[in-house]
Amino acid sequence: MSPAGTIVLILGTLIGVLSAAALLIWVERRGLALLQDRLGPNRVGPLGLVQPLADMVKIMLKEDWIPPQADRAVFVLAPMLVLGGTLATFAVVAAGPGLAIADLNVGLLAFLALSSLGVYGVALAGWSSNNKYSLLGSLRAASQMVSYEVFMGLALGGVVLMAGSFNLTEIVEAQRWVWFCVPQAAGLAIFLVAALAETRRLPFDLPEAENELVAGYHSEYSGMKFAMFFVGEYVGITLIAALVTTFYLGGWLGPWLPPVAWFVAKTAVVVCGFIVLRAALPRPRFDQVTALGWRVCLPLAIVNLLVTGGVLLALE
Amino acid sequence: MQGLFYVSAAVAVLATALVVTRRNAAHALLYLVLSLAAVAGMFYALGAPLAAALEVIVYAGAIMVLFVFAVMVLALGREGERQESQWLRPRMWLGPAALAAVLLGELIYVLASGAAAVAGGTPVVVGPQEVGAALFGPYALGAELSSMLLLAGMVAAYHLARRKQMDEKEGER
Repeated sequence: MSPAGTIVLILGTLIGVLSAAALLIWVERRGLALLQDRLGPNRVGPLGLVQPLADMVKIMLKEDWIPPQADRAVFVLAPMLVLGGTLATFAVVAAGPGLAIADLNVGLLAFLALSSLGVYGVALAGWSSNNKYSLLGSLRAASQMVSYEVFMGLALGGVVLMAGSFNLTEIVEAQRWVWFCVPQAAGLAIFLVAALAETRRLPFDLPEAENELVAGYHSEYSGMKFAMFFVGEYVGITLIAALVTTFYLGGWLGPWLPPVAWFVAKTAVVVCGFIVLRAALPRPRFDQVTALGWRVCLPLAIVNLLVTGGVLLALE
Repeated sequence: MQGLFYVSAAVAVLATALVVTRRNAAHALLYLVLSLAAVAGMFYALGAPLAAALEVIVYAGAIMVLFVFAVMVLALGREGERQESQWLRPRMWLGPAALAAVLLGELIYVLASGAAAVAGGTPVVVGPQEVGAALFGPYALGAELSSMLLLAGMVAAYHLARRKQMDEKEGER
């Protein structure tokens, strides 16, 4: 691809992802309100659609305060790591044939690498705040994200075995005959659980459990720094939904419509699924989260990997 | 690609130097993570994308997180910084500096004698398939031995954690 084309693609991806995140804030607030039998924000603009814009103006005008007991450099760095790391991962995601910014032959591993670096943003945010609630929240976040990463990788092992490649474009092309959500149904289930834990959303929002830890790791954050955590969460959901689409739902493959339209539609469906889950599920205890990870998901992921490998060998 | 290599190498050297000189343990760890990421960049520039990805996943993403976790739990703060500055007296640098000087001399000798140029030439990109084929082909014995080592470590960790758990149950009674 020409350098100019790459720059256009990078800008397009950034604008697309950030506006999707802004729209998602509205979708989630109105959607949750609908599910909980209330109205939600409906005052700013038609149906309240301009609400995220109003929120943004408000949060930009807020005082940007750093608590005196905080480790200043790390305190400023942490929210940038959360948002930057998530946005960087979009470089390997292909919304259509040839539409990946970086078509790496280790694309899937690059995603795992960047998501494993995502732990630092959250862990350091809590540590540098020098506040006991923040510290507890980030300790929970670090242990939860590190454990769920393990079988996120193992679940994706099945996809890699079936596609025979780490390249995201080749993984999508390998799903021409059947989407991987059929033969890899168990892998998809494990990946979805791990993905929820990675994005730290309900039912896995223990790092910020507001009724025990104030606001967890971002208790001390305000203004634009808080906004970066907030937007980072929605960018994270978009990313995970795009990856579920790529790995299990056939990516941009589909009849009639152009490839990008299929990709966006599938991603939107997965995102709506996440929002409904948030309304439907309660938050478990911390030991239950750890037990689910190591006692259920890990053995299941290993069995899934073994069976996939065995079946593929037998078919060869 | 050569430019990428030298930039990554410079970042790695600088970050590692900062790791050694920082008084605050958490800051030192952050520089170490940066140094590991820079090493991954070097691997990528040399044509080993798989090694680069694994460097970030295993070292920067998993092992270093455990170190950060430990530093967070210990909550060293100002007290730790004071202790560290007591330890980092100029005399402490003598031993490591002498040993590092020997290594530096060796490096200069190798570069000067041109022994490194033999392996030079245009780097070939080694994809994941090639690494897998090599690992379970000519190097199968090494892969098996390291898997046995990992298994032993896992069983030992399980045993230690289990004994702790049983002690706690005894205490409850």
